Amino acid sequence: MKKQLSWKVGGQQGEGIDSAGEILSTALNRKGYYLYGYRHFSSRIKGGHSNTKLRISVNPVRSISDELDILVAFDQETIDFNASELVSNGIIIADSKFNPTVPEGVSARLIAVPFTKIAEEVGMAQMKNMVAVGASTALLGVPIDAFREVLEERFSRKGQKVVEKNLEAIARGKEYVESELLDASELKLEKSDGKKRLYMIGNDAIAFGALAAGARLMAAYPITPSSEIMEWLIKRLPEFGGTVVQTEDEIAAITMVIGANYGGVRTLTASAGPGLSLMTEAIGLSGMTETPAVIVNTQRGGPSTGLPTKQEQSDLLAMLFSTHGEIPKIVIAPSTAEECFYDTIEAFNLAEQYQCPVIILTDLALSLGKQTVEPLDYNRIQINRGKLVSDDEELPPLANSELFPRYGFTEDGISRRVLPGKKNGLHHVTGVEHDETGRPSESTINRVKMMNKRLGKLKNGINFSKPVHLDSKYEDADVLLIGFNSTRGTIAEAMERLEAEGMRVNHAHLPQILPFPTQIIAEEMKKARKVVVVENNATGQLAQVIKMQVGMAEKIVPFGKYNGNPFLPSEIYKQCKELLVHGNI
Amino acid sequence: MATFKDFRNKVKPNWCPGCGDFSVLAAMQRAFANLGLEPEDVAIVSGIGCSGRISGYVNAYGFHSVHGRSLPIAQGLKLANRDLTVVAAGGDGDGFAIGMGHTVHAIRRNVDITYIVMDNQVYGLTKGQTSPRSQLGFKTKSTPSGSIEAAIAPMEMALTVGAGFVAQSVSSDLKQLTNIIQAGIQHKGFSLINVYSPCVTYNKINTYDWFKNNLVNLDDIEGYDPSNRNMAMQTLMEHNSLVTGIIYQNKDRQPYEELIKGFRKEPLYKQDLKISREDFERLASEFM
Repeated sequence: MKKQLSWKVGGQQGEGIDSAGEILSTALNRKGYYLYGYRHFSSRIKGGHSNTKLRISVNPVRSISDELDILVAFDQETIDFNASELVSNGIIIADSKFNPTVPEGVSARLIAVPFTKIAEEVGMAQMKNMVAVGASTALLGVPIDAFREVLEERFSRKGQKVVEKNLEAIARGKEYVESELLDASELKLEKSDGKKRLYMIGNDAIAFGALAAGARLMAAYPITPSSEIMEWLIKRLPEFGGTVVQTEDEIAAITMVIGANYGGVRTLTASAGPGLSLMTEAIGLSGMTETPAVIVNTQRGGPSTGLPTKQEQSDLLAMLFSTHGEIPKIVIAPSTAEECFYDTIEAFNLAEQYQCPVIILTDLALSLGKQTVEPLDYNRIQINRGKLVSDDEELPPLANSELFPRYGFTEDGISRRVLPGKKNGLHHVTGVEHDETGRPSESTINRVKMMNKRLGKLKNGINFSKPVHLDSKYEDADVLLIGFNSTRGTIAEAMERLEAEGMRVNHAHLPQILPFPTQIIAEEMKKARKVVVVENNATGQLAQVIKMQVGMAEKIVPFGKYNGNPFLPSEIYKQCKELLVHGNI
Repeated sequence: MATFKDFRNKVKPNWCPGCGDFSVLAAMQRAFANLGLEPEDVAIVSGIGCSGRISGYVNAYGFHSVHGRSLPIAQGLKLANRDLTVVAAGGDGDGFAIGMGHTVHAIRRNVDITYIVMDNQVYGLTKGQTSPRSQLGFKTKSTPSGSIEAAIAPMEMALTVGAGFVAQSVSSDLKQLTNIIQAGIQHKGFSLINVYSPCVTYNKINTYDWFKNNLVNLDDIEGYDPSNRNMAMQTLMEHNSLVTGIIYQNKDRQPYEELIKGFRKEPLYKQDLKISREDFERLASEFM
């Protein structure tokens, strides 16, 4: 019996790989298993190798695993491509139609199952993916009743017959494997706790978080891997009076966001690197005019078009520094789908409290990887609109032709924000340097005061609930691991292995990157002999930020991966081991 | 009730004496007053360029944005607060060069805003370069041998992409200009108003006199019917686009706001941000 194992299904894109993974994982989620998935896919609709890797566990999991226990293959390419990941004596379930073979040097057991033939007998060749799901359940020891509900929800609009056919395909696949009398009982999953949990991708959580935060408009241009956010919101916003506008480009998206926020509606946009590059000028407008804006950047492989469907974390420096001139800006980086939900709510509060752009940074593995999320807490949805003049408040009349001091100097640099339409609230808004009422001004004294006002808003830190996730047991650690976004669970897992071997390892993960939590990170770095900065990019961007903000450059060891795939726990483990063994520590 | 004077402020425009934009400013102020609007009912969103400064010269809400992006900002604002009268304004460079993509798509989208382009056929604020509206052969600092690119025909373009309100006027005809701006604001949906607004400093060809000699008022064309799109296109082509008046209006086309599923009459910014516990639980259960 297993507490956790990894399962992968692969084939040509368009062969039902995704839905096989979806149906199996949804059923397992409902049975109370914890799941963590990663989709490997190409930037095309049909064809090309694609796979979904799923980790299944009776305990919480936040990372894909190094190993693979079961590989389901729809073609030989899938076996050739992925068999090396299999544990020794792991299992390959493959369609007997293509006469599957196990590559040399791989000690896996092969079960050839006539996926296509069974599916055709049941009624439809496309259902071969359900036969494969059934074959898998024979090994996992999951009863097929777990699938009835899932299939009904998915196919009932096509008629009960389709549901029954799919169930039959699953049952036949299961029976076939069971009749092989293979002893693979070690792969059976232990019983789960049976509790109800959510199962969602990071993008779902961001979209849901935005709706819960009171966002009622979104303006966006489709791009991988962010489009699910707009797709979810366009289905849900109408019943709350809002909508999603698919704009002509990302420049229109961000400027529409600025216009709508100026009008008083919480509005977001979401994109990836190429879109963020286009938005750069307008992000400066948001900063200069102190207009709130929430921008999601789901990072993918860059530069230019880069690797549009692959994992990378290489937009960090661009998010921190891009736009000409100097503005206040907040960058937050959730690390789990659960955090995507709560952090998105906070992002909208921060944007209005500090009247500046807020970037929610994710990466492809987090945005598209599907994972188990503990039930979300309604009571944690708090809405704070900062110094917004409420609709009910009456403003005193303005003297003849005077304007409301929308940019009035205050102690904390944040001025009262009045929405257009308000009587006695007239003021001007401009990207040109301006005075307290928003009128253009080139006065040197005003310029310096205004720059200090805007930049000073974030000077004393921000009101963000969790700037750093710390797992820091050791006052004299051998290594401090630092990362951001989806690597959190992977780092934690590597850390566990290292600790088991007696290494003293601390971990700091950064949900708040700008303003940088310098104090906290400096304290943690002091406690460690070496600081390994784990990031999916080539130039060690976070390491550079840490050097700049904290110093202690001699301790910092950047550890990058930029081949398009997420980190595996073993890679981080090995890097730390090498540091230890080669006497660097 | 507000008069046009209530829409004036104390800021002295930084336009050259004789600039056509003064008339556009005056016409706008008159149109707002004639429509019974109060200063707080109006928001003017402008781009960059000499004309982009106009949002700062009206006593109303004003948003002077970035080059070429007045339209998406104005659309976002209108969707947030449909009670506001939202006017976008800028020059021909703003609307037909850097912002042309937004112009085309704003016309398609048909959010109920009014877009006034002050078309002087030259770049003024950067001190005299060619514009997408400069005519062939027009000599500027950036085209010393004369422009070799065809000028955009914004009225024909607007008709092609499905505009519901297309009008053109000239700074020297304050009365017509005021009427057209009023009609544009009253039109339900996107209104494009191109105003020949001469640059007295950098355009010595398309001057007030030149327009006086070349423009044809549609009122003077017998039987002209602005609801007839074919006639509109034909007339524009016959007169090399040099006509003034309401060129085309389709009163049947519904604005974007009316077509959005679930979009309410109450402005969006006034609606409750909180979702109920029931809605929350229902939405969360989708992920189980």
